[in-house]
Amino acid sequence: MKIAITDGHVVDPRNQINERKDLFVHDDKIIAVGKAPSGFKADLIIDATNKIVSPGFVDLCARLREPGQEHKGTILSETRAAAASGITSLCIPPDTTPVIDTPAVIELIHQRNEEAGFCRVYTMGALTMGLAGEHLTEMAHLKDAGCVGVSNVMNCINNPQVLRRSMEYAASVDMTVFLHAQDSGLANNGCAHEGAVSTRLGLAGIPEAAETQAVANFLMLVEQTGARIHFCRLTTSRAIQMISRAKYDGFDLTADVAAHQLHLTEMDIGYFNSQCHVQPPLRTQRDRDALRQAVVDSQIEAICSDHQPHDIDAKLAPFPATEPGISALETLLPLSLRLVNDGLLDMPGLIDRLSTTPAEILGLNAGHLSVDAKADITIFDPDKHWVLKPQNMLSEGRNTPFTNWELQGSVYKTICNGQVVYSNEH
Amino acid sequence: MKQQDIQFDNTGKLRHFLTIEDLPRQTLIDILDTAENFSTVGTQQAKKVPLLRGKTIVNLFFEGSTRTRTTFELAAKRLSADVLNININTSSTSKGESLLDMLRNLEAMHTDMFVVRHGESGAAHFIAEHVAPHISVINAGDGSHAHPTQGMLDMFTIRRHKQEFQNLRVAIVGDIMHSRVARSQIHALNRLGVPEVRVVGPHTLIPRTASSLGVHVYHNLREGIKDVDVVIMLRLQKERMQGAMLPSEAEYFSQYGLTEEKLSLAKPDAIVMHPGPINRGVEIESEVADGPQSVILEQVTNGLAVRMAIMSMVLGRKQESPLEVRE
Repeated sequence: MKIAITDGHVVDPRNQINERKDLFVHDDKIIAVGKAPSGFKADLIIDATNKIVSPGFVDLCARLREPGQEHKGTILSETRAAAASGITSLCIPPDTTPVIDTPAVIELIHQRNEEAGFCRVYTMGALTMGLAGEHLTEMAHLKDAGCVGVSNVMNCINNPQVLRRSMEYAASVDMTVFLHAQDSGLANNGCAHEGAVSTRLGLAGIPEAAETQAVANFLMLVEQTGARIHFCRLTTSRAIQMISRAKYDGFDLTADVAAHQLHLTEMDIGYFNSQCHVQPPLRTQRDRDALRQAVVDSQIEAICSDHQPHDIDAKLAPFPATEPGISALETLLPLSLRLVNDGLLDMPGLIDRLSTTPAEILGLNAGHLSVDAKADITIFDPDKHWVLKPQNMLSEGRNTPFTNWELQGSVYKTICNGQVVYSNEH
Repeated sequence: MKQQDIQFDNTGKLRHFLTIEDLPRQTLIDILDTAENFSTVGTQQAKKVPLLRGKTIVNLFFEGSTRTRTTFELAAKRLSADVLNININTSSTSKGESLLDMLRNLEAMHTDMFVVRHGESGAAHFIAEHVAPHISVINAGDGSHAHPTQGMLDMFTIRRHKQEFQNLRVAIVGDIMHSRVARSQIHALNRLGVPEVRVVGPHTLIPRTASSLGVHVYHNLREGIKDVDVVIMLRLQKERMQGAMLPSEAEYFSQYGLTEEKLSLAKPDAIVMHPGPINRGVEIESEVADGPQSVILEQVTNGLAVRMAIMSMVLGRKQESPLEVRE
């Protein structure tokens, strides 16, 4: 199959391309950017006039709910939604049921995804068996099976010795440790930021210190262990300051933020809107502004969806009893694009945070449009306006706080491995 | 998005009573004035008025309570409504689905009002958002969020003794962090124009952002009750002793327990209130609880009139607008 993508505005931060160019694909590879190779005869011509042609997005964290919670979503349903959102690679965190702590679970996921065929699915291995924080997983085996990193997700490792050893061991098998900075003791089963809103509504609060204390703790251990770490889903201004300082001091680390954290604050909880129940919690406007600035300054290198689809019942309860999370694949691009529309970020900067750098963080050869690279390409219309209606979502999870938001930016075509996996002709 | 509008119907009348926050001052005054009219019903020979005859009120208690449930039941009966008491073990309804299923069942029995107590903050809002259009919800306490009928009966008691709110100093003492009563009192006192509301307690029992509620924070009881007109003591839950909140009841009493000696720092005519049930010797000594400045039992009596007022205002509105548009 030969595809020509013509007249689009190609944005490829890695190769410093930011101009109108044609792009040519043969089978699973990009074979030329700019001028067609001699004798190239396209089977499919995609007219990308007034559209952005970028490397496919790489999502650092999306829960597909399979295996274990197929009533909330499946690999098939969620990767289809991912493709429609311009995502060509995504990473599943290990808190599936069963936990991703053995190669068998990874094989199952890859097998299911081959049947689905919408995007590339990578797995994050558990740092400790069953995420219980006691025994190390067989990280070398997990790596051989395809894991792109290890994490204990939101399950705190309470024993500092186990944490230290697991970080050391990950370093010896050369795997990045993906850390969620939220101390469970200080978070104390809270469900909202400890601040004006939690005080007003009588909700158990999660203090800023739950994040900053964990960041400080992890940073000290990085120094001791030489582990390469990535901070997941930061939420506080203070934590960003600490991480910026550590980078300045020469620490090798990266960080990401969930797209919704760049737009929502604790105030959006209003009177117990359970769609705004997320973990880690929505913080203050000051924190939100600091997160945006950190994305601009590359103190936070990647924006991810933190996709967590739920069944309807999961959000139908009094706020503290609801399950946290947002079905977020389909809002990843338009929410991130707002930073461009607000004049904070330019288009190459946006593509860098959504594709190029997340690919580097996961160690993938993706996120760029080099000749001979795999043909993972997203074509989107940055100017198209649309209104989010839950009933139009492709994800099985319709849980979103962005219902009725006017969004800008819509995916036109997604090409994964040289195949058109999504096409929107409307 | 003004979600508090959920408390009013489309004709601007009070449909649910979930929180005092954001209610207009006039609504609070109306409740107090209506309660004043009801306050004599209990002293009449026949202790009933036929205002809510034919209405069915369900007391839906997901959390144990004898006093609050009893006064709601009595208030409903004095208004001639039929009352159904349902006590639900929360563990059997930990999933929202079954909670909603249960509401649907009760709605199918043509009930008119749910009086809800629940251990989770936001439960009353959640139920109000999901009930059929003909049903009203009264919040009888949700988690640490609100207990608005208690807040209003406290305002009623204060007005009876102090007449005006505009020149009062009020101190609320104890576990502000977990107290739905305190939150409702603070909203009511601020809305009624009390110029100085104080909260008093150790750092562990006062939210760090308490001042955002519109209060002055004190950590020393002597300073906190100096020259106040009203002292409201909160009940200290026993479970607060088990974590790292407080070291012991004895130490709490020594620091924050109200004694005659400490009370003498307040204005000479200050009244002492407590939402009950009281822990004698923990937050208040018996000499004060039973003393001449205590209005604690009066609060219980006033609770009836205030709950009658709120129930009749919420359910009575329909008689004035028989052609209510169904949503």
